[in-house]
Amino acid sequence: MEGGILGNALVFLGISLLTVPISKRLGIGSVLGYLIGGVLIGPYILGFIGHEGEDIMHAAEFGVVMMLFVIGLELNPASFWKMRKSIVGMGLSQMLASTALIFGLLMFAFPLHWTASIALSLSLAMSSTAIVLQILKEKNLGRTEAGISSFSILLFQDIAVIPILAIIPLLATAPVISNAANSHTNWVEQLDAPYSTLVILAAVAGVLVAGKFLITPMLRWLAKAYMRELFTAATLFIVIGVAWLMEKVGISAALGTFIAGLMLANSEFRHELETDIEPFKGVLLGLFFTAVGSTINFELIAASALPLFSFVFGLMLIKGAVLYAIAKVFKLRLDQQFFLALLLSQVGEFAFVLLTTIGQYRLLDKGQIDFFMAAVTLSMVVSPVLLFLFERFVSRRLNNRAAVEPKAFDHIDEHHSVVMAGFGHFGNTLGRFLRANGVSATILDNDSDRVAFLGKMGFKVFYGDATRLDLLHTAGLKEAKVFISTLDDPEKNRELAETVRSHFPHVRIFMRSRNRSDAYELIDLDVPHIYRESLHTSVQMGVDVLEKLGFRKYTATRKAAEFIRYDEAALSKLASKRRGSSSSYIDSVREEIAMQERLLQEDDLFLSDSNDHAWDRS
Amino acid sequence: MQQHKVLILFFHPRFENSKANKVLLEALLAEPEFSVCDLYELYPDFNIDVKAEQAKLLSHEIIVWMHPFYWYSCPPLMKQWIDLVLAFHWAYGPGGDFLKGKKILNVITSGGGFDAYQHGGRNRFTYREYLIPFEQTATLCNMQYLPPFIVPGAPRLEAENLKNYAVQLVGVLKMLGSGSLNFEALQQHDYLNAITTTH
Repeated sequence: MEGGILGNALVFLGISLLTVPISKRLGIGSVLGYLIGGVLIGPYILGFIGHEGEDIMHAAEFGVVMMLFVIGLELNPASFWKMRKSIVGMGLSQMLASTALIFGLLMFAFPLHWTASIALSLSLAMSSTAIVLQILKEKNLGRTEAGISSFSILLFQDIAVIPILAIIPLLATAPVISNAANSHTNWVEQLDAPYSTLVILAAVAGVLVAGKFLITPMLRWLAKAYMRELFTAATLFIVIGVAWLMEKVGISAALGTFIAGLMLANSEFRHELETDIEPFKGVLLGLFFTAVGSTINFELIAASALPLFSFVFGLMLIKGAVLYAIAKVFKLRLDQQFFLALLLSQVGEFAFVLLTTIGQYRLLDKGQIDFFMAAVTLSMVVSPVLLFLFERFVSRRLNNRAAVEPKAFDHIDEHHSVVMAGFGHFGNTLGRFLRANGVSATILDNDSDRVAFLGKMGFKVFYGDATRLDLLHTAGLKEAKVFISTLDDPEKNRELAETVRSHFPHVRIFMRSRNRSDAYELIDLDVPHIYRESLHTSVQMGVDVLEKLGFRKYTATRKAAEFIRYDEAALSKLASKRRGSSSSYIDSVREEIAMQERLLQEDDLFLSDSNDHAWDRS
Repeated sequence: MQQHKVLILFFHPRFENSKANKVLLEALLAEPEFSVCDLYELYPDFNIDVKAEQAKLLSHEIIVWMHPFYWYSCPPLMKQWIDLVLAFHWAYGPGGDFLKGKKILNVITSGGGFDAYQHGGRNRFTYREYLIPFEQTATLCNMQYLPPFIVPGAPRLEAENLKNYAVQLVGVLKMLGSGSLNFEALQQHDYLNAITTTH
């Protein structure tokens, strides 16, 4: 299709709308969904996209830049400094070991000059920040051992891009292909060595200083204009500006925005910046994955299938083995070792950039570059599949073996009539209370560290996303009487309520809800037992405040119990009123205010003391 | 000279609206020799700390149940207190002799007066008759039940009258504490109201 920009946008967005929900539903994750979508629209299947896929891929790489900005925002300098040991320790050893081994493989398998092999092995040692972080975010595994370790390694790699880009010219023996053809013209290349280093340092320092003394005041000034879109524009301006500056001086844009994000992490606008950039980042990353899928050269794969596949196999084996060894040295838990090895076994998006540079310096010819490009893409496609298989078939077995075996704890009920999703702060308190009364709930949690710990403590605990039907079956919900969700995510709770109700109709559902409006949604789903997390605590706080103001404790306690009963009655009353009404956004905002008003009016009735005739004045 | 330590266990579910008990309690609190416990304030959730309550009983000799006389009986928390604190093997039953020899009495504020609480009166029975369950509770726990002190017609009492009752109550309890009253001789009275106090 020669649709120009609109046509392309239509194709790219449309296919993602189709394949991503399907892959999410199948549980294979969005990255694979995008990649498959890309393959479908690519020249070899539907042919909607020809070779412009590559250009789009380069454009969409900007999603990675934005992602690193967000990572910087979430990290802040202090925690970045805290991670320095694992960044340098794990990152450096990964780069060195992988590069050395891949160099060996290249020298053994290909008739290449050693300089080309070094440049190539450095490029291929990189992993994909985009894929890995997307997977971690989706599975909510960012805080696990493997999650944090992979983050450190990726960060080191992203930083390592700079010296690698600097080394490649030194390896070149042939003259450079004219720079005019190269969009990445930068100022530094025209300078002598000591000056170029100075310019780079100055640029980084500039970003650091600007983050503190220029950007934050600018945002403050903009915030006074009270225009949301101005802020979004400012956010894009910052990210694009820093990226542009960094490219000009020849550092990776991703690293530059990462530093910028780091500098802004402590500013009061952190959350605004994050939410503003989020949709752009998400769409661009999706676009990037799709573009990668669309550029897979099936002709080339078919032509040299055997060497290509065996090379990718060898490559990922080496990378995985190195990661596994690192995980072992740094004493990660067994399942986390495997997970880390698989998670980072692909080659990353920076390899595309590096391979292009390598081509420019004629270290490799066109055919060789295409071969290695195909290998990179292939590894990017294979790794999410491997991860999916690992999670489905291996990881849970590793975890649950550790978790279920130990200690015959004296359960009063061997059948575990309670299944509980989530063991965070809320679930922890609830679970301890139940256990103190001899009821041991079966726990589902997707934090593998917590799962291992709870297993050791004698809890029956399963690792994974509670919304997955097979996991609910494994946990024995069929035999259970009660299902508890202590999750605070209304989406997840809705999903859980629907799944449990349709597959386990005999089970009573108890659910936590964050607030009133989440509770309304659960009422609409006919969840019988809903617990607003703030209700009892805030009323209890009120009791103590009243007491300090001189109220009798017993009176305050009675009033509190009455208030809670009244509030729950009001909740279901207002929920049914709400149900009939239209649900457009404006209406629902207006309705929310009306609801608050009605609530306060009802409170007035409640407040009048006249109904309380208990006990005379003796 | 305090020989017997006096513990006043005060039960009122709506003390903030009370008139009589406010005056009485104020007078009692002004006497440092009395230990006064406001149980609705201590246990607004009815979750009585049994060990703590038993410890208090052990360290006092004269125990006063002070409460309004709702529905010819005590407020619910006091019943809860009796049920939980006067435990089997502790207050009664085998080995249940921890309260042996202690004196206990009711101090009550009542809506009606002595004229209503008599045979042929509106309430048909006397205060003493209505209080028999408490008397027997004390007996079962090997305690000596002393005649009750009644503040009759409490909601309608003038401030002056109330004050007199308060003064009398403090005086009687002080006399009990100092051992200047013969406990056996007290039993000839139906009510401690009969004891006149001198300064």
